[in-house]
This record gives sequence, C-alpha cells and structure tokens, in this order.
Amino acid sequence: MLDSLAIMLAIVIPTILATLAVGWWFRASNRRARYRPDFVYSGRLELIVWSIPALVIFFLGGIAWISAHKLDPAQPLPSKAPVIEVQVVSLDWKWLFIYPNQSIASVNRLVIPAGVPFHLRITSASVFNVFFVPRLGSEIYSMYGMITQLTLEANRPGVYFGLSAHFSGDGFPGMTFDVHAVPAAQFTRWVARARSVGPTLDRRAYQSLLQQSENVSPYTYRAVQPGLFDAIVRGELPPGPGPKPATATTTTSKEYPGHVG
Amino acid sequence: MWGKLSLQAIPLHEPIALIAGGTVFAALGAILIWVALKGYIPYLWREWITSVDHKRIGIMYVLLALVMLLRGFSDALMMRAQQAVAFQAPGFLPPEHYDQIFTAHGTIMIFFVAMPLVIGLMNFVVPLQLGVRDVAFPTLNSVGFWLTAAGALLVNLSLVVGEFARTGWLAFPPLSEITYSPGVGVDYYLWSLQISGIGTLMTGINMVTTILKVRAPGMSYMRMPIFCWTSLASSLLIVAAFPVLTATLGMLLLDRYAGFHFFTNLAGGNAMMFMNLIWAWGHPEVYILALPAFGVFSEVVPTFSGKALFGRRSVVMATMGICILSFTVWLHHFFTMGAGGDVNGFFGIASMIIAVPTGVKVFNWLFTMYGGRVRYDTPMLWSIAFMVTFVIGGMTGVLLASPAADFLLHNSLFLVAHFHNVIIGAVLFGGFAGYAYWFPKAFGFRLDETLGKAAFWCWLIGFYVAFGPLYVLGFEGMTRRMQHYDRPEWHPWLLLAGAGALIILCGIALQIAQLAVSIRNRAQLRDATGDPWDGRSLEWATLSPPPAFNFAVLPLVAGPDPHWDFKERAREPNHPSREEPVYEPIEMPRNSATGFVTAFLAVVTGFSLIWHIWWAVILGLSGAYATFVVFAWRDLADTVIPAGEVARLDHASRATRVAALTAEVLR
Repeated sequence: MLDSLAIMLAIVIPTILATLAVGWWFRASNRRARYRPDFVYSGRLELIVWSIPALVIFFLGGIAWISAHKLDPAQPLPSKAPVIEVQVVSLDWKWLFIYPNQSIASVNRLVIPAGVPFHLRITSASVFNVFFVPRLGSEIYSMYGMITQLTLEANRPGVYFGLSAHFSGDGFPGMTFDVHAVPAAQFTRWVARARSVGPTLDRRAYQSLLQQSENVSPYTYRAVQPGLFDAIVRGELPPGPGPKPATATTTTSKEYPGHVG
Repeated sequence: MWGKLSLQAIPLHEPIALIAGGTVFAALGAILIWVALKGYIPYLWREWITSVDHKRIGIMYVLLALVMLLRGFSDALMMRAQQAVAFQAPGFLPPEHYDQIFTAHGTIMIFFVAMPLVIGLMNFVVPLQLGVRDVAFPTLNSVGFWLTAAGALLVNLSLVVGEFARTGWLAFPPLSEITYSPGVGVDYYLWSLQISGIGTLMTGINMVTTILKVRAPGMSYMRMPIFCWTSLASSLLIVAAFPVLTATLGMLLLDRYAGFHFFTNLAGGNAMMFMNLIWAWGHPEVYILALPAFGVFSEVVPTFSGKALFGRRSVVMATMGICILSFTVWLHHFFTMGAGGDVNGFFGIASMIIAVPTGVKVFNWLFTMYGGRVRYDTPMLWSIAFMVTFVIGGMTGVLLASPAADFLLHNSLFLVAHFHNVIIGAVLFGGFAGYAYWFPKAFGFRLDETLGKAAFWCWLIGFYVAFGPLYVLGFEGMTRRMQHYDRPEWHPWLLLAGAGALIILCGIALQIAQLAVSIRNRAQLRDATGDPWDGRSLEWATLSPPPAFNFAVLPLVAGPDPHWDFKERAREPNHPSREEPVYEPIEMPRNSATGFVTAFLAVVTGFSLIWHIWWAVILGLSGAYATFVVFAWRDLADTVIPAGEVARLDHASRATRVAALTAEVLR
C-alpha cells in the first residue's frame, strides 16, 4: 500500500507543481512568456499524456491484483501452533465471541493468545456490521444468514481496540470492543476462570441478548450451548427484533442521562 | 382519517431539530409574505414558476442547490461540532438526532445540492452553447425541476413533521427495513428520492434528446463545446443509472409497505443485493456529477488562457471513456463483503483504469494553459484549485481501489475525506466556477471579484483544514458516523477538522455577501457586450441576459470555437457579419403551470404515502394524472414572436455589441 502511495506521489507531486508553475509563468501580466494560441495539438504529447497514466495504472493494477489475493481476509496464516477458532456474532449493539473448542463465550472482549493466528467465522444476528480491529488488519462484513471468514494474528501481547465499521443504528458508536492478546499461559488461565463464573449461553439467554442495548460492558459466559452459532447462521434462531414498539420513534440512551431524548 | 399522522409527529422533545426546522420554515414564510406584500406574486408566477424557458429553469435549479447547500452545510457544522465535543462524553446531539443529521447531510448534498447544481448549469448553458432556442421538451423540463424541488421540500418537511431516516444516506437494509426502522424517517427518504429521481430522469432524457437532435446548423459532434459533450455523457448516465435507483428503492418500498422480502433477513431476502444494485447506480452517479464539472473546467481554462482547448479529441474520448467505464467499477464499494481475490482484484483494476482518462484530462488542461495568457478571475482560480485538489483526491481514490488497502480503510474517515475531496474539489468547485463564469450571462452583470476571491480562499483553505485531518483519522482506524468515541488520539484531529468547517463557513458567508453586494452595485458591474470574459462558444454571442428566444437568427457554426472565430473575422472591415440579417418570426413554447401543479400534487402524494393517508394518495395521484391529461389536451402549444418584434429586440443589442467589438479592434 505504501509502495502504491510512493509511486503515485512521484506522478502527482510533479503534476501539481507543473500546474502551479505553468499557471504562474503564463499569467497574462508576464510579458516574457510567449503567447502561442496555436499550440492546441501535438501527437507526441498526446501519446505521452495517455501513456504515463496508463503505464502507472498497469503497474499499480498488477500490485493490486497480487495483494488482493495475498491479503484476502479468508486466507489462512502460516503457523506451527494450532489456530484458535472464534465465532463472532454482531448483535444490536454488541459483539458476541464464542470459543467453540473451549465452550465459553465473551461479550465485547476478545481474548486471544499472542503470536498464534486466530480464525474468525463471522455472522450477524440482525443488521449488517463490519468487524474491524484497525491495528491487526482486514475489515470484513457480518451479515445475517451468512458467514464471512477472517484470520488474524497479534504478534505481540497488548490491547488492540476494535469497532464496527458499518453503521448499524443508534447504539453503533458503542459497538467497540477490546482484543486482549496475552501470553499462552495467561490465555489458559483466562479460559479456566471464564468457565467458572458468569451465566450460561443457551437459547433463552440468547433471546435476551438479541434485545437492543447500548454501551455494554464486557462479561463472559461460563458455557455455551453446542451448535448455537450454526443455529444462528441457519436461521433456526430468529434475528434481532429491532426497537420495541413503545420506543419506535425515540430511544433513550441509558448511559448518558445528560440529554433530553 | 389522518393515517399515522398525529400531533405527536411534531418533535417537541428534540428542541434542536424543532428550532432548526422552525427557522427554515419561518424564513420561508417571511420571504413568501414579503413577496406577497410587494405584489411580486403575479410576476413570479408568470415569469418564473410557470416558465418553460431553459434559462429560467436552470437559474431556479442553481438557486435550489445554493439554498439546500445552506441546509446541508448546517448539518455538516452540527456533525463537526458534535464530534469535537463528544470525546468520552455524550455531546449535545443524542444518537437518534445525530443519525438523522448525517443521513440528511449526505442525501441533501448529493441529491439536492450537487445534482441541481450540475443540472442547473446544464439547463442554462447547453441550449445556448448549441446555438438553439430551447431544450427539446421545454414543459418536461419544467416538470423535472419542480419534481426535484418537491423532493427537497419533503426532506425539509421531515424536520418539523416526524423524523428523517437514521440509516446513512443510502439507507442500507436490513437496517432500513420496517423491523429495524419502524418510524417514518426511511419513508421520507424513499419518497423524496423517488419523486426527485423521476424529475432527474426526465431531465436526462431531455438533455440527451436536445444534444443529439437539436443543434445549430453546422454544429457537428466534433464542433460541440466540451461542456455539451460532458453534459451528454452525464445525461446518458442518468438515463442508464437512475432507473436502477428507482427500481432498487421501489423494492425497498415494497418490503416496507407490502411485506415483500427483497432485502429482509427472513423469508429468503438478501440485503447484499441492495448493496449491489444501489452501487450499480451509485458509482455512475459520481460521474453524473463529476463529468459536467469537468466540462465547466474545459470551458473556463481555455477562455481564461486565451487559447483553444489542447487535445480536444483526447478530451472527448476521455469523457466518453469515463462514461462507459463508470459502469464497471461499482463492486469496489464493498470489497470487504467477502467476494474473494479474483472478483476484488478485477474490480480494483477496473476502478484504477478510470484514473487514465481522468489523468489525460488534467494534462490537457495543463497544456491548455501552456502558451496561453492566463487571467486570474474567480472562475479560473476555482479551476486551478480544482486541478491541484482533484489529483490528490484521485490519488487517494486509486489507493482505495486497491482491495488490500481498502480492507484497512473501508468506511473509515479516510474514505470520507476521499469522496469529499473529489466531490467538493470537482463538483462544488466546478459548480462555483460555472456560477461565477455564467452569472453575467444570466443576469447581465458580473459578481463582485474581491469578495469572490476572498470566498474562494476561505473555501480552499477551509477544505484542506477540514478534510486533511480526516485522512489522518482514517489511518488511525476511526470509522464514519460515530456519535461519540473515547480514543484520545482522535480528539485533536477532530477539533482541527471543526476549525476547517468554520473557515468554510466564512467562505459561504462571503459568497452570500458577494451576491448581495453585486446586486446592489449591478450598475457598475453591468456587462453590455454579452461577452465579459472574451469567450469562445456561442453563449457569448448573444445578449446578457439572453432574450427568451436566445438568438434572433440561429448562428451558422463552422468550427469548434464559433464565437472566437466570429470575433477574429469581425476584425476584417467588410465582413458579411456586419450586415443586417433577415429576421423571421420565432415560435416559442407557451408557459405552463403543469410542472408546478404536478409537483404540488407529488408532495401531497408523497406526504400521504409517508403517513399512510390513503384517500389523499388517491387524490394526489388522480390529480397528477388529470394535470397530465389537461396538458396533453392543450390547443395552443406555441406563441409566435413576430419578425418585427425580433428585429426591434435585436437592433439594440447589435448596436451595443458592434460598438464593443469596434472598440476592441481599435484597441
């Protein structure tokens, strides 16, 4: 991407400078500039004018084609350690992360071991969203009844912020989450602790999760009903119901009582 | 009786919206009362509202665009202010209001500012440049304008009655489906766009027909001014793309009103299809707006360089190339939907290819200036600013066209900065260049240059200060449409962007002042020659403002710069152009209230559909049909201006113009 930028800057900056320079030199008040009203066609210049952008685009297009394949979100990353599987569900307005192999789930916080790729299978329980962790890589849509895939890896331990990059309603700005990349041992401890506290995610609990809520603080589920993600994708569980009838035209934000809503 | 409409629809709980809406309608009411008290209504009705004159309609289009620019810009200011203060805080706009504002901002700026601006210029300029008396279908033109105005009125009505959509300016389902947006906001959005979309389609058909079939004798295609070429390309795109928009929004309407399942989550609906269809219209739309702006620059740069356009054939080829290519790139709006490397790679490269003809145009404008005598009046300043700004926007566009880069920048503020860079940099700067360039033609006096230049600098600097930070924020991962946020690294850039918006505000204030001062000083700014800029094409060959019939005698065209050639030849002492022409009676179309009445009924229909007042829907539709029948049944289509009257009107103008020409020859 930075290569492309550098190549283009090499064309664009001279063009801008040439525009300003030509405009300045040929100003009407400059008596030293030669007035050439008949300079309206030059086959040689036309050839150059068409070929410069064409060659640049030829070159950039090649780069784009290769990188579009290499950086395709669904591409697996090379790794010796086993890949961590996570199922992601976007809800109104929070993210649900299900760890099928560990049989736990987490809301608005994704904990993964650093240095190990993690494979995300992403769907939506209501409207479109885009899963995005800016500092880890690619965005990808979450859509009801469909699965998109993304493989990411955090090279170093740390906290990476994530958000939704597709507007999804009033609670959209609160659809942020943190990705905690932790050392492998700490990840094991986190899984063990998550298994011991919190509610269970079964169909009933999922029904209440479907209701609209904003700015939800992270918490975990001790256990997850097997096959929940596939049931969501296959439409065996209903999509999010949207706003409640009473609040059809106005919703109140619970987090910020400061305004009239 | 009143469907879903009740007194609760007036948003008393949203003071900001109510005050904003109240102010707009109070101002409108005050103007109407003033007009009525001054006794101007019969004049307005006769000369403007029922006028089918392409020049009057063009001026009204531009006026609509400028008024709606104020509305759209107020929305922009509110968004900038909200994001400046909503750092780890709720700000002053609750989400349900903020969401309406950014939706309205996008909808208004594209459909009711950019579109009327370019269509207005096309309407005013194209028949004059083609050397003819009017467009092919004058009454249809009036209907098209008034339907656009009807759409704009409905959007503004949503401020005080009900709400506007809270979905973003393209109203993506499933969010815009009845389940997730049960209010009337999306219905306001859909019906205003359906009504104005029909108006736009009519204008597109009208323009294509005019340019292909109605031209002055001798004006072959390659002799047409470039602005006519770009208008043709843009109108062809309208004809091809707007039905797609109408059909797509129609499907969403069926989903919402009749329980269909085109784009719903359940029962086999697929919202991805909406994305596909809306962008199949949406990307050509970008060029519908940009091409006429390129046309303006292709007129302004040669005129103010005192030189013919360099590489005319190349520019025509590039224009038509863009016209075709614009239909092959829509998928780049959703690379991140999981299409895979082959599809993304193909559309990425297709998008980049558009940069080739566009780049050619930039080089051709550059070589037009080369060897010229460049005069820096306001239209030329806008053009140079456009060339510099637009190549930056083009570059960020090529960057976004690379799928790998788009995976990191899609929907980010980098994207927002990019499309503002091209739409403000090309369409708005082009619109302003055209406004300053053709204003003397429309009204017979120039705009004040000092204030115009001051406004230009405010706009230019304000633009870079407002949108430069958004590029940075995009790289920092900030996405669009955030009502609040808590990343500290974003805050300073958003404050800076807010400051940029305030500089643009100064630019707009100066433009209003410019208009007011110019009207007051119109006697000093008067242009008697009809050719204030030493122009090249036929619009400068007639009076300013032109008579209703444009040309007393249709001009004979022998080259691509007919008026320039005429002036060159007129220097010869005994040139036949100094002889008195033979005047003939002229047939002009009669005024018609059809457009205004149809649009009024369209507002009634749209409003009733939004609020489910079915009897009024039937009333509105049957009324509109009756209006059509009455128009179709008319006995008298034309009025005739007798030859003597034409001669009388032309004598005065010839005298001043020959005097001006002689003065120039002597100089």
